[in-house]
Amino acid sequence: MSIIQLAWRNIVKNPLNLLLSIILFGLGVGLISFLLLFNAQLKEKFDKNLAEIDLVVGAKGSPLQMILCNMYHIDNPTGNIPIKNAAPLLRDLHPLIKKAIPLSLGDNYKSYRIVGTNYDLAELYGGKLKEGALWVKDFEVTIGKTVADEAGLKIGDEFVSSHGFVDDEDLAHDHMGFKVVGIFDGTGSVLDQLILTNTATIWNVHEHPEEESADSTSHEGHDHTAHEGHDHSDHLHDNSNADLLNHPENEITSVLIQYKSRTNFQALNFGRNINENTEMQAASPAIEINRLYNMIGVGTEALRSLALLIAIVSALSIFISLFKSMRERKYELALMRVMGASRTKVFSLIILEGLILALIGFIIGTVLCHVGMEVIAKYLKADFRYSFTGWKFLTEEWLVLGISLILGFVAAIIPAMQAARSDINKTLSEK
Amino acid sequence: MISTNNLKFKYSGGTEIVFPDIKCEAKDILLVLGSSGVGKTTLLHLLGGLLTTQHGSVHIQDTDINKLSGSDLDAFRGRNIGIIFQQNHFVDALSVIENVILAQSLAGNKTDKNAAQNLLTRLNIGHKAKSNIKDLSQGEKQRVAIARALINQPRLILADEPTSALDDQNCTEVLNLLHEQAKAAGSALVIVTHDTRLKDIISNRVILQ
Repeated sequence: MSIIQLAWRNIVKNPLNLLLSIILFGLGVGLISFLLLFNAQLKEKFDKNLAEIDLVVGAKGSPLQMILCNMYHIDNPTGNIPIKNAAPLLRDLHPLIKKAIPLSLGDNYKSYRIVGTNYDLAELYGGKLKEGALWVKDFEVTIGKTVADEAGLKIGDEFVSSHGFVDDEDLAHDHMGFKVVGIFDGTGSVLDQLILTNTATIWNVHEHPEEESADSTSHEGHDHTAHEGHDHSDHLHDNSNADLLNHPENEITSVLIQYKSRTNFQALNFGRNINENTEMQAASPAIEINRLYNMIGVGTEALRSLALLIAIVSALSIFISLFKSMRERKYELALMRVMGASRTKVFSLIILEGLILALIGFIIGTVLCHVGMEVIAKYLKADFRYSFTGWKFLTEEWLVLGISLILGFVAAIIPAMQAARSDINKTLSEK
Repeated sequence: MISTNNLKFKYSGGTEIVFPDIKCEAKDILLVLGSSGVGKTTLLHLLGGLLTTQHGSVHIQDTDINKLSGSDLDAFRGRNIGIIFQQNHFVDALSVIENVILAQSLAGNKTDKNAAQNLLTRLNIGHKAKSNIKDLSQGEKQRVAIARALINQPRLILADEPTSALDDQNCTEVLNLLHEQAKAAGSALVIVTHDTRLKDIISNRVILQ
């Protein structure tokens, strides 16, 4: 009979005495692990979606909102900008800009956003076609993996969009038919939950509803004819930015910009110039997201302190349980000494009990954390279309295990020392 | 097997107790008689190495137990001395047989479940081997304590008032059992008691005053 077995038997003998301590400990550990897991995944999502975009230019408003909307697709746009204003950015010859990607928002399908843009956006997020092709004509769309999986869209499927960013049947443009021509492979970025099409499609959906309604709901092969009688300026001949410049009065939501060189002095002032001298607003994703981290950070910090407090209180309660149990078992422990157990052995026994309690608490906490994350992931997915998962383990969790065991050890050390020091003669003489 | 020489002990603030020299050979039985408060338990603890001697010496076989200290003493005690207390305590989380096996393991011996079961059977509590300690009667607990003291076949068995809580019939029975098993294990048996019934049965005795 090893002392590990003996420690275990002592714990399971009276599980109710220790239940509260263990649950409390589990809660503390669970909350700490949860925060780690949530932060790690959030940061990963945000970082992945940064996609080396240096600047976002859009309508004036909250810069953070503009970033969240145009890069993370979780907030509403600050407004639209006329192409003539953004024209300098969209020209191929701009000395500072490597890539300028126009974005037009305004519609969704089952709350997956439809984005009017060019092929650069897909490239930016490393989107590779899984099947089909990239959109060519108006109302053709190429969709992200999550959209295909969750909305059940296949190549050749047609769907109608609804206006805005929430799925609402009352707002459906029931006369506009989109056709899926391609599906991207999963990228782990926001691209997975986007529906990409050309910029003109977004214009068509929003600017000519009355005229469009005369047409059939199917646009397959009819795009050209459908637009023949309408404002021809809406029709783009290809996906290039140059083509956009031919429609200076039309609007887009934003332009995502990659610099040729980030360290260029002019590039550093570029955003400020836009903010000061134009009706548009420029914001750096890295700065805005850092601001967001700092804002979230306060809350996370408070929660983390609370979790740590719970863990410490539970360690205290483990200490009290062990101390009480040690008092109750002092004859037992003295007896073990009589039977040949050394002081070290008695000491180790109590320490082991503390460690086992902490380990059980850690296991409960870890299960709570991951199952809880998985449950919350479902809600996050419904609300933001962002996929989190509980089935991901971090290396930091080993650190949490280490801290748990240290707490267990600390909680046990005083009872263990008392047990080891006790005078067996005195204990056994007491009746 | 066990012998003491000029043992004296003084509790702080108390008067000095002077113990007569005792001697007990293997397979023999020695009765230490005395009324309450004359230091019977103190003597037993001195013999068992639970209390450090202040004056004089205790030899078990050829070992002067005063010369042992710390974990050496604990280990020596575990292997060579079986003690039956007046108030028997057990590890409550363990079953009857596990308590006996624990004595084997704490003494550093190989655990032998069969030996433990056989010993319990010889003591007529084989059928209670898997029971919880707290479900046993006082008499049954006494037997488990005896089994636990005997399992390592110690050189010396010390018993503190093993019969005082028992009626005449059980008293004789337990005493016989103890003596029989001590003989079988080749141990010296020292019984410390105020139970005068025993003095009619055991001739080899020392009286504390």
